[in-house]
Amino acid sequence: MGWFFRTFYSTIGKKLIMSLTGLFLCSFLLVHLTGNFQLFKDDGGEAFNHYSEFMSTNILIRILEIGLFLGFALHMTEAFWLYFLNKRARPVAYAKNQASENSTLISRTMIWSGSIVLVFLLVHLKSFFFDHRIIGSELTMYQGVVQAFQDPLYSWFYVLAMVLLGFHLNHGFQSAFQTLGLNHKKYTPLIKTVGLLFSILVPLGYITMPLYFLFTK
Amino acid sequence: MKLTLHVWRQKDAKSKGKFAVYQANDILEDMSFLEMLDVVNEELIAKGEEPIAFDHDCREGICGCCSLYINGRAHGPKRGITACQLHMRSFKDGDTIFIEPWRARPFPVIKDLIVDRTALDRIIQAGGYISARIGSAQDANAILIGHDQAEASMDAAACIGCGACVAACKNASAMLFVSAKVSHLALLPQGLPERESRVLNMVAQMDKEGFGACTNTGACEAECPKEIKITNIARLNREFLRATVI
Amino acid sequence: MNLDAKIPSGPLAEKWTKHQAEMKLINPANKRKYEIIVVGTGLAGASASAALGEMGYNVSAFCYQDSSRRAHSIAAQGGINAAKNYQNDGDSIYRLFYDTIKGGDYRAREANVHRLAELSVNIIDQSVALGVPFAREYGGYLDNRSFGGAQVSRTFYARGQTGQQLLLGAYSALSRQVGLGQVKMFERHEMLDVVIVNGRARGIISRDMVTGEIKRHVADSVVLATGGYANVYYLSTNAKGCNATAIWRAHKKGAMFANPCYVQIHPTCIPVSGEHQSKLTLMSESLRNDGRVWVPKKQGDNRKAEDIPDDERDYFLERKYPSFGNLVPRDVASRNAKQVCDDNRGVGTSKQAVFLDFRDAINRLGKPKIEERYGNLFQMYEQITGENPYITPMRIYPAVHYTMGGLWVDYNLQSTVPGLFVLGEANFSDHGANRLGASALMQGLADGYFVIPYTMGGYLGSGGLDKVTTEHQAFAEAENSIRGLTDKLLSINGSKSVDYYHKALGKIMWDKVGMGRNAKGLTEAIAEIKAIREEFWQNVRVLGSGNELNQSLEKAGRVADFMELGELLAKDALHRNESCGGHFREEYQTEDNEALRDDDNFAYVGAWEYTGKNSEPVMHKEALAYENIHLSKRSYK
Repeated sequence: MGWFFRTFYSTIGKKLIMSLTGLFLCSFLLVHLTGNFQLFKDDGGEAFNHYSEFMSTNILIRILEIGLFLGFALHMTEAFWLYFLNKRARPVAYAKNQASENSTLISRTMIWSGSIVLVFLLVHLKSFFFDHRIIGSELTMYQGVVQAFQDPLYSWFYVLAMVLLGFHLNHGFQSAFQTLGLNHKKYTPLIKTVGLLFSILVPLGYITMPLYFLFTK
Repeated sequence: MKLTLHVWRQKDAKSKGKFAVYQANDILEDMSFLEMLDVVNEELIAKGEEPIAFDHDCREGICGCCSLYINGRAHGPKRGITACQLHMRSFKDGDTIFIEPWRARPFPVIKDLIVDRTALDRIIQAGGYISARIGSAQDANAILIGHDQAEASMDAAACIGCGACVAACKNASAMLFVSAKVSHLALLPQGLPERESRVLNMVAQMDKEGFGACTNTGACEAECPKEIKITNIARLNREFLRATVI
Repeated sequence: MNLDAKIPSGPLAEKWTKHQAEMKLINPANKRKYEIIVVGTGLAGASASAALGEMGYNVSAFCYQDSSRRAHSIAAQGGINAAKNYQNDGDSIYRLFYDTIKGGDYRAREANVHRLAELSVNIIDQSVALGVPFAREYGGYLDNRSFGGAQVSRTFYARGQTGQQLLLGAYSALSRQVGLGQVKMFERHEMLDVVIVNGRARGIISRDMVTGEIKRHVADSVVLATGGYANVYYLSTNAKGCNATAIWRAHKKGAMFANPCYVQIHPTCIPVSGEHQSKLTLMSESLRNDGRVWVPKKQGDNRKAEDIPDDERDYFLERKYPSFGNLVPRDVASRNAKQVCDDNRGVGTSKQAVFLDFRDAINRLGKPKIEERYGNLFQMYEQITGENPYITPMRIYPAVHYTMGGLWVDYNLQSTVPGLFVLGEANFSDHGANRLGASALMQGLADGYFVIPYTMGGYLGSGGLDKVTTEHQAFAEAENSIRGLTDKLLSINGSKSVDYYHKALGKIMWDKVGMGRNAKGLTEAIAEIKAIREEFWQNVRVLGSGNELNQSLEKAGRVADFMELGELLAKDALHRNESCGGHFREEYQTEDNEALRDDDNFAYVGAWEYTGKNSEPVMHKEALAYENIHLSKRSYK
């Protein structure tokens, strides 16, 4: 096991964890989004409630949930660890630095976009996981969603977080492949295109939900 | 032209440094950036002030000595060149120019604009070579290397080890430097017997020196005077994965 | 003093093999008992350090740069010669040997040159094994290009960065030894003196350029691989830091200095743009294949090139040398450019340049073809001058870029001081009066990889080395004299900077000891150098202290040495009453301005002995015996 820890203790190893967990979380985003689209079914939330009931009781899903939790935890821990290591690598900052000439703002601010998404995640978990699953609520999941999204503050925060998630994905998606060593003139343009579409469409998909309930219900 | 320079002055590694402001008068656009500094230094000497210390040697863009962070950019505002190849026609009369040393924990300032880059040498010493005993080589044509393969290797081998990648990276990461050497040798059949130990040892040394991690911003590639590509970093990652996990 | 070159007996082609077989060996267990100092980490120094370290010797390597990878070998562009005959075009070791002797205008030692040609093939093998990415053909075999006048294609290259790639190969081998602890690397250290104990070189005094600490280093042998002295001209294609301090101070300790007047001046450099100019950049000679060299016919013509009609242009090379035209050899091209500029027909703001015009080639071949051939050079030119050579003709002017002379060495590369070996450009041995293109890299690596590992064993194995420590009186004396020199430089506190004196020296050297030399000019130069040297020691201003990084102090010591070397160079040029290779005496030329060699009186190596500060140097002659090659006139017709 020595090699394992040595590998993942190295800077490249940490980045590998970031990319693997990141891609795993991307798959979660997609699955979660697909399921949540049932909110739009005009059946008073029946399908959605059924779906959320299934998600919270199925044993397989529960096991995957642990993996998901670990994925988030690893992604965040490594992110902050790397952030501090990277900060430490430059103890004296430049007095004048024109980073915009050589890199995108999005790529340089992953820690910030990620952190805001993290705050969102905590709020999100409180509303839809903690309150419903741990404490228990007399509202159905659907009712809970409707209630939450009718609060403009909550909804706009949701929108903001999703925009930042888009930024995060915009750099993170293709960057994960680069970290995994997958960069080739044959397929990298495809990865970049898919990454761009993913980073726009997935957050957009999520954004439709609060806006739908904010403006139609 | 007349310029206002804000130059980092620091007596030695232990002292605290600060910016000094100098007026550079009578600068001609045909001067190279370093010749402009020569002019400033001659004036300083005439006034009895110590000249600005900066690293430089070949002054034709190949030795990798010069290492100036000019107006917020490694090697200054133009892409694909070193500071010694930068000419004053890239500036205009009345400009204010900030000149700072490379900033990274593994590159401590020695004096003024001079930093210690021996960390990069130590990374090479850890594994950036092929162990070919002198005198034991077979005929050069006994190793066939396809034209494109040789060219790809040469693309990576063009690195001059100036450290601009580290200087420009927000994480002070040396990945581009390390990946250039790893790629250069991994792309050649002669380099394959040691490919695993090479990448592991070089990465371990890189981490030990305290360089940051790569977050794929691409700043290194953009500021590299030899335009080394970050596809090399992907290859480094691949080599690393190959040596560890696979 | 008798200069014994120690050339092995026997047929030329067997000398080296025979010598290798006869030299003493040191068994592996004993090698680790020896300490060797190598100064300089260019091709010669890095390859020597790597080779000696790998054999088991304890090596200390020194370089003034911040990394051993930055030595100026890195700037060589074109390529490296080797008699591989991969092209099946008739090349052979003998032909490379012959071309090198002839190219050197019959002023090099046959045995050394033949060994160089023999070893050339091993260099390519070794470099490839170390991972040098030489250019390849599509089938995977090594590619060659033609170079500098040779009739065969024997030049191996890695784009325009052959020197860089070969150096990085040697540097990686050196780094491996550093990692293994066989070589101890001293970066940012400069050698300020060699220490002689009982007549043998036993160590050096160095200055740590960061802390200013003066240190003593003891060893069983000292190897100097510190490059040439072209910076005596201030402006040259050498790196700013290139200096002659190591070889000059060794010279003052007893090593003879051979043929200092042999300096190569390259015709196609980017001209000086003003007083501020700090160094010169070479443009590949290949440009003369398609470019036409001209100046205006009228003196002081200030019109733009485009505005000067054809009948008012003087294509002087084509006019004077109708058969060779723009492709005359380097020295002729350089000299003629100087002559037209002296005639007040130079171009550009400085008037010290001639045009190299691609207009006709572009009209004939089209811009894309020219771009394909010279694109990167055109770009480089535009970067420096801000002019587009596709539209405006290039301006070029000759510049000093290599010195064939250097410390005298015997066949073993040992100087006249036992235990002091000299490799690469720092010695005088292989290029005679003129070096062929793509041969400098070859010599540096041959000396380091393949000669010194044997001859060093031969020297150490012969015994006679006393036990010496840094406490020896000779170390104390050397250190004190260096401290005295440093204190003196810092205490003058005059009114002029070091660069001022370096430029002044360079101007004298260039004007009077440059491309065209004559007795009157040389005599004047000797007096002027003396005068400027005296002024330097009265009036130079070196600020700061000796206990810190002090670039002015470093430069001051180097310039002080250049001022002495410059005088010797002029004296050597004055004594050599002939023209040969890079040494052109205007008094000795044929009617059609060709160099006029005098084999009857000057077919020898002139090795100068230092006799003290206030006494004249003494010249010793090593007669050059040509047993295999017939001396003939070098003709370009």
